[in-house]
Amino acid sequence: MGDDHEHAQDWAAVRTKALESLLVEKGILSSDAIDEVVRTYEQDIGPMNGARVVARAWTDPAFKARLLADGTSAVEEMGYGGLEGGQLAVSENTDAVHNVVVCTLCSCYPWPVLGLPPTWYKSSAYRSRVVIEPRAVLSEFGLTVEEDTELRVWDSNSQVRYMVLPQRPEGTEGWTEDQLAELVTRDSMIGVAKVPDPSGVA
Amino acid sequence: MPEQPDDQLDRRISKMTGEAALPRSNGELVFDSPWESRAFGIAVALHGDRRFDWEEFRGDLIEEITRAESEVGPYAGTGAESSGASYYERWLASLERVLVTRGLLNRPELEARAAEYASGARSDDDH
Repeated sequence: MGDDHEHAQDWAAVRTKALESLLVEKGILSSDAIDEVVRTYEQDIGPMNGARVVARAWTDPAFKARLLADGTSAVEEMGYGGLEGGQLAVSENTDAVHNVVVCTLCSCYPWPVLGLPPTWYKSSAYRSRVVIEPRAVLSEFGLTVEEDTELRVWDSNSQVRYMVLPQRPEGTEGWTEDQLAELVTRDSMIGVAKVPDPSGVA
Repeated sequence: MPEQPDDQLDRRISKMTGEAALPRSNGELVFDSPWESRAFGIAVALHGDRRFDWEEFRGDLIEEITRAESEVGPYAGTGAESSGASYYERWLASLERVLVTRGLLNRPELEARAAEYASGARSDDDH
């Protein structure tokens, strides 16, 4: 099975080369343009954009209100756009409600704020199970959601990509936006983790 | 095939937790191999040039994923099937189909070019 998969990988690599070489030859695309996209996504766009959005929402109530009302416009204010035509919806975690995001059909994900999805987000295991047994899946991520906390699972689609606004951890009173942004993890914005308590952060 | 698919799945997801331990720096490799980043880059760059509609690509990708998972079953894939690598194999298959549909390239030339790379008749070692 491993050999088969290696073979499939080699074949895919060859086909990708063929695709790129034909498109370049036809003048449809340049290799530089592809390099640029890859570099942008690998280096410039990442969960830090989302972390800055969360930190601002924690420190600026008016921004938070705009973010929850219209995520797309609010993140555009911060210069993050390009959701492949979709809208961004932000759901707030509270003591009463915990939100978690999935795309059951493929892997829709708010790239401009969270970067590229982690491997597990694209796995059929996560995509199928988090809807059926979210508490069990979250506990496998090490997150226990209290029984009396309502759990909402948001299934992303072509129109709407979701992001979670996690709860601000205790012990961060008076922190600056930059300091707070450092705390916010990708997983907390997908909803499979909480933002770690700063006392536990080295 | 797997005797206890659920147990294997649980192990997989448990393992994910560890891999996601450094989320802020994107803790894990985004692309498992260079071709995946090329396949991703080609699709995004072409879409940026308005060569195809993202919805069209996404619709095809969903079909491709659904088909692949109905063949093996959503729980069967503890190895290759569930991995990000096979995800980009599907991505590539959908991308090829969309480009052929759009008339940006045709099947025979793609197959011929792929065969040249596979046989070593063509290479771009400078890249």
